[in-house]
Amino acid sequence: MDLSEFAEEIGDHGAVTIAGLATRGGPVDGIRPVMAPGGIDWVKPEEMTLQCGAGTPVEEVDAALAPFGQTVVIPPSGTVGGALAVGRSGIRRLGHGPLRDAVLQARYVDAAGRIVKAGGPTVKNVSGFDLCRLLVGSWGTLGFIGEVILRTRPRARFEQWYVSNGDPFELIGRLYRPVSVLWDGEQVWVLLEGHPDDVERQVAANGLRPGDPPADLPRGGRWSLPPSQLSTLPGTGRFVAEIGVGVVHHEHPAPPREIDPAVRRLHHRIKHEFDPAGRLNPGIDVLAQS
Amino acid sequence: MTLVDELRAAIGTAQVRTGPTELSLYRRDASNMAGSSAVVCLPRSSADVRACVSIADRHGVAFVARGSGTGLAGGAVPLDGAIVVATSKMNRVLSVDAVNRQAWVEPGVLNLDLTRQVEPLGVHFAPDPSSQQTCSIGGNVANNSGGPHCLAEGVTSSHVLAIEVVLPDGTSTMLGGEDPEPPGYDLRGAFVGSEGMLGIATSVCVKLTQNPPAVRTMLMDFDTVDDGAATVSGIIAAGMVPAAVEMMDQLCLQAVEAYIHADLPVDAAAALLVEVVGLPTGLDADVAAIVAIAGEHGVRSVRVAQDEAERALLWKGRKSAFGAIARIKPNYYLHDTVVPRSKLPEVLAEVYAIAARYELQVLNVFHAGDGNLHPLLVYDAREPGVLERVHLAGQEIVTASVAAGGVLSGEHGIGLEKRDYMPLMFSEVDLEAQQMLRHAFDPLERANPGKVLPSPATCGDIHAVPEGAWV
Repeated sequence: MDLSEFAEEIGDHGAVTIAGLATRGGPVDGIRPVMAPGGIDWVKPEEMTLQCGAGTPVEEVDAALAPFGQTVVIPPSGTVGGALAVGRSGIRRLGHGPLRDAVLQARYVDAAGRIVKAGGPTVKNVSGFDLCRLLVGSWGTLGFIGEVILRTRPRARFEQWYVSNGDPFELIGRLYRPVSVLWDGEQVWVLLEGHPDDVERQVAANGLRPGDPPADLPRGGRWSLPPSQLSTLPGTGRFVAEIGVGVVHHEHPAPPREIDPAVRRLHHRIKHEFDPAGRLNPGIDVLAQS
Repeated sequence: MTLVDELRAAIGTAQVRTGPTELSLYRRDASNMAGSSAVVCLPRSSADVRACVSIADRHGVAFVARGSGTGLAGGAVPLDGAIVVATSKMNRVLSVDAVNRQAWVEPGVLNLDLTRQVEPLGVHFAPDPSSQQTCSIGGNVANNSGGPHCLAEGVTSSHVLAIEVVLPDGTSTMLGGEDPEPPGYDLRGAFVGSEGMLGIATSVCVKLTQNPPAVRTMLMDFDTVDDGAATVSGIIAAGMVPAAVEMMDQLCLQAVEAYIHADLPVDAAAALLVEVVGLPTGLDADVAAIVAIAGEHGVRSVRVAQDEAERALLWKGRKSAFGAIARIKPNYYLHDTVVPRSKLPEVLAEVYAIAARYELQVLNVFHAGDGNLHPLLVYDAREPGVLERVHLAGQEIVTASVAAGGVLSGEHGIGLEKRDYMPLMFSEVDLEAQQMLRHAFDPLERANPGKVLPSPATCGDIHAVPEGAWV
């Protein structure tokens, strides 16, 4: 299937929902589902870019980049489009940046069934408004992403997880650019990458021990806290917090948040501009997702 | 009350300027375009900005946010008599969180001032536009500014966590947050780079970047531009993303050498300034790998800065290019496009051919690592007819860049300068989608009207084309 067939399938009327591999909740129940085209169109290692259909499994993208010593910051499992629609970064965000920075260009199908291009193909671009960032994390409510150009990054030549029982807030101040620092209130996990000798020196200077990453992350809720508030977590239940980032994988659902009325109004207006009939992924309230 | 009286009553007489000298100063930015405004406001707080925007709204008048006025695309040029809201007096660093490496700053804080203030904490603000001594954080947000060191670190959008804004209807709110995943759409991401058309930033939460423990800076020179460009592609394809990869062509090297005497290779066709940062062992490995790649592409000599003084000198060479060219001709027009790295040789050859066709001299000094070209057309404005040739040559350079799979702008933004080039990159449907975002924030088109989006997409209102514009 190509992009224009995808657009035709979406059409210009009637409720429609986007389906992928159902790893992040799946399509809206009872609504006609469509699937985005899959497959990698090209890899340009010397540009550090890749173009693929939004329906491409994340693992396929990673496998296509591996021979070139590159990867993308999309967290594993499911499709590229699904990961982008949900907008959640992986646990390497501290060192590798958020998911939203990975999309250079997106072609999506809008509520009128038209193919729209957002962004541009180069690694640097400030031509016009940044609709790519608006799409990432929009849960398919503004348009269905069909094809993307992604920024890749070098795959680490050496990486290793370490553990420590030290203070994570002190550790993060002393380490040079850790990829990930996780904390469950007692133990700290640190992912380091770089030249093995440099990593070894950091390990020795900070009393780290080689170890495994946390076996599993609590899945009850995904909290988003200012990193300065993470120290208040102990006593709230079982958690693994991303130090320096603020994502908390918690056994309990995230506490409800106040939404500023002006922000709510902007959300309604954006949705109304992009999808006046409310036909794309109906029923999804992006402000209520966590 | 008149508009001016109302503004004076709200934010203080001294903060509202209508004198001819000031109005003339605020008619333009660092581009060669000028508009006109009847009043300039210098708010000192968020509340002042709110008042200015609300009053503009009540009077049905447009407003233009302005930082330091260093923009090169006419983004801060007031059209149709818009009120200028200059944030230069809002210049305090409000708070710094050294542990989590975040700071709240007012929009008028200068880019380099922020970095200097946080230096004792071992961090810096990563975006480093050439104008960093004078450009403001608010301006960086509006333009999604870059700079040489954005190759590895990313441009402004990657370094802004939250923005307190005044929306075009005069309400204040927060976009994004100190937390990583605020609920809803990434309104912060949509606002960064929107060139003042979605509202005015009144404070910004920026991410601060750890200073690297070690730095290696090297200058490599080549017999052909192609060899230099192939070296850039080779470095990236080998899985390295240096902190910066800058290229200077021969005319630029000669101009800079005559200006600063840094022993630059003036007989080379091109030179690359490459900087890698990080931990020492990895750096030495990177330097060795980069030198080997350059060797495969006929590098003539490699000069690795031996100390901080030599590093500073090499960077001074790069950064004084704009001053140095004044020795060639009194005026220049600086362009800004991006092409795929692999297309650098081809597009540069085309840039030289275009300049030759229009009998103009062109110097190239640019961010080769991300394919961000900055051709500088030098000229003497007193020469009859030269401006027209400069504009036509520029037009061809922009068109050639987009045709090579590139984009209209890498750093300077669209503003007025490239507004009418947007259809080169975007279809009507694409532009309509951008207009939808704008209308969600600003249904009445009061915030910096006439910029970025070509006017046919709006309801046929024709904005005065300012003098000097070549849109």
